[in-house]
Amino acid sequence: MMALNKLSFECLRSVKNGLFKDARVLQVARVKMSHFTYMPDAKPPVGGEMLKMNMFQAINNALDLALKTDDSAIIFGEDVAFGGVFRCSIGLQKKYGPERVFNTPLCEQGIIGFAIGAASAGATSIAEIQFADYIFPAFDQIVNEAAKYRYRSGDQFDCGKLTIRAPCGAVGHGALYHSQSPEAYFAHTPGIKVVVPRGPIKAKGLLLACIRDPDPCLIFEPKCMYRAAVEQVPVGDYISPIGKADVLKKGDKITLIGWGTQVHVLLEVAQLAKEKFNISCEVIDLVSIVPWDRDTIIESVKKTKRALVAHEAPLTGGFGAELAAAIQEDCFLHLEAPVARITGFDTPFPHIFEPFYLPDKWRCLQAIKDLIDY
Amino acid sequence: MATRKFLQTILKNGKINHHKFYSSESPLFPGARTTWTERLDFTGPHSYSPIPVYRVMDRQGNIIKSSQDPKLSNEVIEKMYKDMTLLKTMDKILYESQRQGRISFYMTNYGEEATHIGSAAALDMEDLVFGQYREAGVLVWRGFSLKDFMSQCYGNVDDLGKGRQMPVHYGSNKINFVTISSPLSTQIPQAAGAAYALKGKNRVVICYFGEGAASEGDAHAAFNFAATLECPVIFFCRNNGYAISTPTKDQYRGDGIAARGPGYGINTLRVDGNDVFAVFNATKKAKQYCLKENKPVVLEALTYRIGHHSTSDDSSAYRSKDEVDSWRQFDSPINKLRMFMEANGLWNADKEKQWIDKAKKDILEAFADAEKRPKPNWHEMFKDVYKFMPKHLTKQLNEMQSHVEKYKEHYPTKNYAA
Repeated sequence: MMALNKLSFECLRSVKNGLFKDARVLQVARVKMSHFTYMPDAKPPVGGEMLKMNMFQAINNALDLALKTDDSAIIFGEDVAFGGVFRCSIGLQKKYGPERVFNTPLCEQGIIGFAIGAASAGATSIAEIQFADYIFPAFDQIVNEAAKYRYRSGDQFDCGKLTIRAPCGAVGHGALYHSQSPEAYFAHTPGIKVVVPRGPIKAKGLLLACIRDPDPCLIFEPKCMYRAAVEQVPVGDYISPIGKADVLKKGDKITLIGWGTQVHVLLEVAQLAKEKFNISCEVIDLVSIVPWDRDTIIESVKKTKRALVAHEAPLTGGFGAELAAAIQEDCFLHLEAPVARITGFDTPFPHIFEPFYLPDKWRCLQAIKDLIDY
Repeated sequence: MATRKFLQTILKNGKINHHKFYSSESPLFPGARTTWTERLDFTGPHSYSPIPVYRVMDRQGNIIKSSQDPKLSNEVIEKMYKDMTLLKTMDKILYESQRQGRISFYMTNYGEEATHIGSAAALDMEDLVFGQYREAGVLVWRGFSLKDFMSQCYGNVDDLGKGRQMPVHYGSNKINFVTISSPLSTQIPQAAGAAYALKGKNRVVICYFGEGAASEGDAHAAFNFAATLECPVIFFCRNNGYAISTPTKDQYRGDGIAARGPGYGINTLRVDGNDVFAVFNATKKAKQYCLKENKPVVLEALTYRIGHHSTSDDSSAYRSKDEVDSWRQFDSPINKLRMFMEANGLWNADKEKQWIDKAKKDILEAFADAEKRPKPNWHEMFKDVYKFMPKHLTKQLNEMQSHVEKYKEHYPTKNYAA
């Protein structure tokens, strides 16, 4: 679907220069990633040895564990053999051999069709789509095939050993085809699970959960955190449960719900709301889009009586609509204001206008103010 | 001379060794290993002669070259014939039952019986089958019972697929036949992936599809993946001349599907799909090659779709009755095998009558039995979406349960198992 683009080229260059040792690249990165500040996870999910990792290193670590603990596991996609354009599979082919970590031809429908077949025949298949923006050629294989394999065969055949990884979300300068957040397209498809990590610890745990889950899973990895998000990650094996939201900050006036990078925007917004307006926000990372954790969300909104959902994807048909409908259904008598949705606009994702497109902290902050004043 | 001096200067000053470029007489582009030419000529269909059609028998069922006779045992030949005619008889009965509104949909296999039986007979039960929808003969060969067929078409309690798919979407893990799905060609890259996973396990994968399906992007993906990733898969194309109403001249302009194989670097065979022995030999050879080399094969069986595309199609709207009749009468795979068997004393009119009577009786019995059985419990609608039912689906199941209890007279609950 794509040639080596500017984005991946920049990655390669920064690797060549020794991971952000080039001050110019670092500066560029800082400026372009200014819409959020990474907030490391407060506590590790398991004990044991910890290592400082960014998100691509945590993902690499999870893939390493997956290959080590499961002889049937294979990793493939465009350019994964040399380590991937985002370095997530670096070193793995050398360690596990070209039969288990390999390049495919440049064809997304082929990658996912191949992955479904391999999974149905017993291989733990970990397929990479280079950018979530390029997952659409494989939409048919995911929606009509992977998601329905078990159901239509009466549980005689399944492709539960399939995991699809795809970098998603805004990156500062990705424009139309290196920025998309397509989770809502997949949320409408019974039979698959969809998750989005907010950082290295979560990415490792969720990826291992997806790989070992008995159903086909999609994990959308916010690409702007591959390098920007750094924290202490347990080196041991652990999974982060699919279908479980995380309450990251307790509060009692309003519930803020997001996923992926947007979680960090919301954590900062919560601080701002406290400082500027003395409003106490509860911040929830939804983590899992399908199946999503209705109980945690509803419990929180019943307490705070107000809810704001924020996501990078466009408003209309975005997953925020599902959340808003469910909240109004389950919390009708508790709500003191309509559920607010602060999202990308109903336009394609623009290049030079990105700062005006994103649901940034200022738009979210104003929405909080409006909800309180309603 | 000046050029040479210029090059030598570059070579001397160059930090890396460019000597290969200086001394080589061949093109060195990474994209293809080839030679130079100074002739400005197109390469096109005119550059190659069409791939010939491999056959064993002529239209009258005579073996043309005894060296190509697979010399199958009488039992195997009889099973081939019986399975082909059983399929044809079942097709007739189920086609008629759809016309009477007793099942919702059907697709016959008329004219293509030899492609199914010939290929299935050349494989082992452990070999994994991915199909399109017009390969029911493969299931017959592998022992999918009449009860299994009828239960699926009726979607009754005995259907292995639990009544969830349209008729003729068969599948059985016991006989390694992956469940059919309607989207065309999706199974082709899946077959390549399955073959990759089964590499080294002494099993091959066979994947059937029509010549229309070969136009889908997934067919391209599959051929290319199977070649580059060296997958032991047989891509078996049933080229029957039509994709619903679309004739092959609107489908492609190359030499059929077979000619695409070499373009992907895949060994290819084209075979007479109405000659069960030719299909058998070709599939056998393909399997041996797949196992030995861990590489794919493209096999194109030329045949003719004698029946309508499906029960929702009237093919007289786009082709003449004469055309269909010629194929039915003068190049039918069943007649061809029967002529061979009669010439060799393996079959006669008496045996034919006895066998067809028995087949009809068995099919009608299975049919009547399947029709009587209830549909699965409607709760099955909510199961197997995921391995374990998630909370939100349990909630939807419970809501529907309460609703159906309240409005039971408006739902056909008595037709469904309790």
